[in-house]
Amino acid sequence: MSTPQDTTQDSPQDAPQNTAAPADEFATGRETTEGTVYTVSGGDWGEVAEAAAKSDDEKIIVNMGPQHPSTHGVLRLILEIDGETVTEARCGIGYLHTGIEKNLEYRTWTQGTTFVTRMDYLTPFFNETAYCLAVEKLLGITDDVPDRASVIRVLLMELNRISSHLVAIATGGMELGATTVMIYGFRDREHVLDLFELITGLRMNHAFVRPGGLAQDLPPGTVDALREFIRKMNRNLPEYDKLCTGNPVFKARLEDIGYLDLAGCMALGATGPILRSTGLPHDLRKAQPYCGYEDYEFDVPTTDTCDSFGRFLIRVEEMRQSLRIIEQCVDRLEPGPVMVADKKIAWPAQLALGPDGLGNSLDHIRNIMGTSMEALIHHFKLVTEGFRVPPGQAYSAVESPKGELGVHVVSDGGTRPSRVHFRDPSFTNLQSMAAMCEGGMIADVIVAVASIDPVMGGVDR
Amino acid sequence: MSADKRAGEDRPKSPDKAADAPEENPEGALPAQREDLGEVIAVRRGMFGPRDGGDTTGYGGLVRTVRLPGGSSRPYGSYFDEVADELEGALEEQGLDPEAVIEKTVVDRDELTFHISREHLPAVCRTLRDDPALRFEYCTGVSGVHFPEDKGRELRAVYHLRSLTHNRIIRLEVSAPDADPHIPSVVEVYPTNDWHERETYDFFGIIFDGHPALTRIMMPDDWQGFPQRKDYPLGGIPVEYKGAQIPAPDQRRSYS
Repeated sequence: MSTPQDTTQDSPQDAPQNTAAPADEFATGRETTEGTVYTVSGGDWGEVAEAAAKSDDEKIIVNMGPQHPSTHGVLRLILEIDGETVTEARCGIGYLHTGIEKNLEYRTWTQGTTFVTRMDYLTPFFNETAYCLAVEKLLGITDDVPDRASVIRVLLMELNRISSHLVAIATGGMELGATTVMIYGFRDREHVLDLFELITGLRMNHAFVRPGGLAQDLPPGTVDALREFIRKMNRNLPEYDKLCTGNPVFKARLEDIGYLDLAGCMALGATGPILRSTGLPHDLRKAQPYCGYEDYEFDVPTTDTCDSFGRFLIRVEEMRQSLRIIEQCVDRLEPGPVMVADKKIAWPAQLALGPDGLGNSLDHIRNIMGTSMEALIHHFKLVTEGFRVPPGQAYSAVESPKGELGVHVVSDGGTRPSRVHFRDPSFTNLQSMAAMCEGGMIADVIVAVASIDPVMGGVDR
Repeated sequence: MSADKRAGEDRPKSPDKAADAPEENPEGALPAQREDLGEVIAVRRGMFGPRDGGDTTGYGGLVRTVRLPGGSSRPYGSYFDEVADELEGALEEQGLDPEAVIEKTVVDRDELTFHISREHLPAVCRTLRDDPALRFEYCTGVSGVHFPEDKGRELRAVYHLRSLTHNRIIRLEVSAPDADPHIPSVVEVYPTNDWHERETYDFFGIIFDGHPALTRIMMPDDWQGFPQRKDYPLGGIPVEYKGAQIPAPDQRRSYS
């Protein structure tokens, strides 16, 4: 049966044909500039409309996403709804699967950082550090990583925690319609990205943390920029409290939404702010310290509300604690190497911006080309072939802003990983979406998903 | 190359890391940690990749056996002995023979791995989760591994279990042959493994028996093959860079 829409979309050249068609008593036509327009009546239309009106008992399944502004990237939510109530909720993921874990098996261990940094693209330093800690564990050089490298890793991770939480709060606010929160969040994130650009040269996808240390030392002026940043953030962070924490509309949208208690978190493996919003102060930085976190003073904020508002409060407080850690990092920065001394692992090149726009230090090239044939060979072998890692497996985990980011690496003794598996917190936490949303309203699905803070780059890898 | 040497150098300053040292360590200054030489997962020939006589470097005749760290004997050190004792005791209480359940215990790089025979995996997981002295209440998911040359044990499922109560972490490893890629699901014990097992099925083709809905999760539903297996090609096209053709990543020279 032709519908009115079909007919109106007929191209003009079809119009003469339509006028010539025999008149239908249930579809009277009239001429317009677009051609003949039919008004369809009779037939079973009446029944269809009636059936739709009383189809309360029928399932209506709504696909929210994968292209939807409030689903955090290419996440597809499959919602079975009854009126405004969500009776069943499922996730469809995989739209951003890029095969990073497979690709890692075809690159050297060092090149791996270039890939892992792109997984959860809002927390690149956590991906890099977790990966490098695992590789260092396999190599048995965990204790040889210089202090300065560890301090800078902590510094970058805590800066990154702030930027990730800012995006979580900003996009979460935007999805509620609170665009001011979004503008504040992205304004402050920009300050963090400016620091990343100063330190690593890139705003995202840094590949700055390498097995054994860092790609490069901090450039001049970093400490001043960091102090300026701390001053700025100390001024800006209270604005989130002023704008949101006591805001009745904001609270009404977030409180008691996305409820998941401790038993649910344990069963579903949820970590990070979701777990801490149940009142359990579990934080790998305290429980299983890495990179020297045991030497820093900071608190693990918790709430006992198990809801989205509690997670929001935890994120704001964690940013404050991150600022505390950053201050301590700045005080701890002592001059020294940023790469292990073992020349079989450390890349020889000290990178610098050359006249060709590439990153090789001219001094280093002069040295290896002019004075030391062995150094040239060594450089070549290390860059093209890479270092070998003794066979075995290792698991390292860091507390990313989203929860436990675990890396399982397996080596078969070669210059390339045999297997790298990322246990991304977004992936695991997203499973709890159904538990949080079923039985609630559609509008609350958005809030619950925002409080999980999934990043599809990490979920799909 | 340097790896063995490095592990050897490490030992004097940190004796607890002796487990890192490969078993062929000639000095023998420390008590033998390994019951066996380790599991052979591959034998490598040559050094630069070519298999058809194209290697003129003289390294073409090189034969290297790749061994994973072998089983350890007690004491395991750290909290590992306590966990092993409790687990063995709890299994005996259930009428299971620990020796049949735990095929091998490996302590390597300060990490404890139990190799579990696959039919006992759900029972072991339940024990590890529920026993008050163990309380591994939290599973970080499953990671698949594929060793195509390890005949009869090609596919591995690796679980990391964390105890928040006791602040411990252990690893379980289960293997299945390629011809019979079945491993019991642990979703009943750890619901978090729902998606993780789907992912491992999707990428490795390990069939987790008892999973409520074992379907592909990352790849499209009608995808053929299991992409993370070693025999599955990475794919890619040659790229021209500064006038030279750079082959696709899986066509490039491999040194191992």
